[in-house]
Amino acid sequence: MASIELSTHTQDAPVRHRRAPAWLQATPLTLTFLLFFIVPLVITLIVSFWDYNEYQIIPAFTLKNYKAIFDSCSSMTDMCVTFKTYLSTLKFCAIVWAVTLVLGFSIAYFLAFHVRTTAMQTILFLICTIPFWTSNVIRMISWIPLLGRNGLVNQALLGAHLIDQPLEWLLYSNFSVVLAFVHLFTFFMIVPIFNAMMRIDRSLLEAARDAGASSWQVIRNVVLPLSKTGIVIGSIFVITIVMGDFLTVGVMGGQQIASVGKIIQVQTGYLQFPAAAANAIILLAVVLMIVWGLTRVVDIRKEL
Amino acid sequence: MQAIRLKHRERRPASFYWLALLFGLFVLFLYGPVITIFILSFQGPEGGLTFPMRGVSLHWFSVLRQGVGDIDIWGAFARSVRLALVVTVLTVLFSVAAGLAFRKRFRGDTAVFYVSVASLIMPSIIVSLGIGLTFRLLDSAVKYLATASGNQSFADNYSTSMGLFTSALGAHLTWTLPFGLLVMFAVFNRFNPAYEEAGRDLGATPWQNFRHIVLPIIGPSVIGVAMFGFTLSWDEIARTSQAIGDQNTLPLELQGLTTSVTTPVIYALGTMTTVLSLTVMVGCLLAVRWLTRRRLAAAMR
Repeated sequence: MASIELSTHTQDAPVRHRRAPAWLQATPLTLTFLLFFIVPLVITLIVSFWDYNEYQIIPAFTLKNYKAIFDSCSSMTDMCVTFKTYLSTLKFCAIVWAVTLVLGFSIAYFLAFHVRTTAMQTILFLICTIPFWTSNVIRMISWIPLLGRNGLVNQALLGAHLIDQPLEWLLYSNFSVVLAFVHLFTFFMIVPIFNAMMRIDRSLLEAARDAGASSWQVIRNVVLPLSKTGIVIGSIFVITIVMGDFLTVGVMGGQQIASVGKIIQVQTGYLQFPAAAANAIILLAVVLMIVWGLTRVVDIRKEL
Repeated sequence: MQAIRLKHRERRPASFYWLALLFGLFVLFLYGPVITIFILSFQGPEGGLTFPMRGVSLHWFSVLRQGVGDIDIWGAFARSVRLALVVTVLTVLFSVAAGLAFRKRFRGDTAVFYVSVASLIMPSIIVSLGIGLTFRLLDSAVKYLATASGNQSFADNYSTSMGLFTSALGAHLTWTLPFGLLVMFAVFNRFNPAYEEAGRDLGATPWQNFRHIVLPIIGPSVIGVAMFGFTLSWDEIARTSQAIGDQNTLPLELQGLTTSVTTPVIYALGTMTTVLSLTVMVGCLLAVRWLTRRRLAAAMR
């Protein structure tokens, strides 16, 4: 490494232009992350050990915020609030992950292997990504005219005499939360999986077909293993978003469904910052464990 | 090769039609709901949040012009636009500079890369809470120092350092910069350094090399980064929620309205902000096309 740098230096020597060193070019970005990401995380960790009362937070070293979270969690008979909330959030995670994975994989597969011209691929891919650049809240409230008590779905079902009373579980329910998650975040599956599939050498598929593989076997034994990186990256996105979500669960659950993110949001609303910080640290630990587990499946850095 | 491809074109497997159907349904699923609120925002004055349409009018847009309830929607609108513009400029400058840096190796490059990825996938509520806490502690420190140094009146008048262009700006950058950096990675992965070497051989300074060789080549992607910066900032809620002072951005106001407003005025607001996002996207796409064409034309000359 050192010798290579040395040789470029000697090459540059005759006409000496001052080039900005690489670390200097990266400094604005690095500083931003340092000030608004690393420092805040460290402060969150510190404050999670502080004390508080109704008016202020008090520097201290106490484990009471963590104790409060796991209060009565040792009881075997009924589950404590924290475990219940995590269980509910993990359940959303699992459902949303499964649905977005199947949907994202199918859409990406269609785009990568069935659409034949690059122009068409670009257009269809853009169609899938444009909603990502619009507001999530608006995309959530746009379900109201469809799923509400007097919404289009209920009107249609009533009109067809399939039901006598409007279905109540369509909106502000677990169903609508999952629907909104899928609606908002399938994007995060499609993009990395599509990206991985575009790198697959097409001759591999032809070879598999020539060797007598059915199209299902080609998907199962060629495409799927080679898209693994994309699948893992997409899964990390979807799972971390759903784990920390408070907005979608709030708006689509009619503010009635608990989630880990919502606990933190409510606690900051009551200015109980150390308690919120402790919850954030535990959430962070859980998310890191999940991400670590997923990266065991595939070495992402090697593939980037 | 060409002939073989053409022969294959004739028959599509059955799976194509199933997947095409799925894709069509997915697009309907993506756009259908938003289209319904577009339509419903033109609801007549008597109309409600759901179909049927009771007449067609611009009534709810004129209601929106007067503002919604006690909330200063247009103040929030102006704040969001200003913030998004600043975020766009900083995202472009920082990402392009960092993108150039990552073409070489530098100390700590792996750490910077991992931090960027971590910032991207970190649950927003954690980032937001952390930034909020940091600024609150900063406020306490400022007040304490002012009191300790005898500036009691300053300490009494001081409210907070949290605000649009401090904490909220930082929160937005933690979200837009990773996207900017990833776009830059994608560009420079495909970048042929021969052009630059040619420039250098012809005696171009590093700045001339960047200005006349690198920038025209990466130009379309830089516009892409700008589009990410603007649209992501314009709609950001989760990271801003705990890191904003007393004055909310438009999406935060909109989120507050979802629980209280029961008239189509909220759809009018939704239509308006979505149209703005779409306008920015179309503008960026046109700019990309114009740049690409100009480059091709220059290459032909």
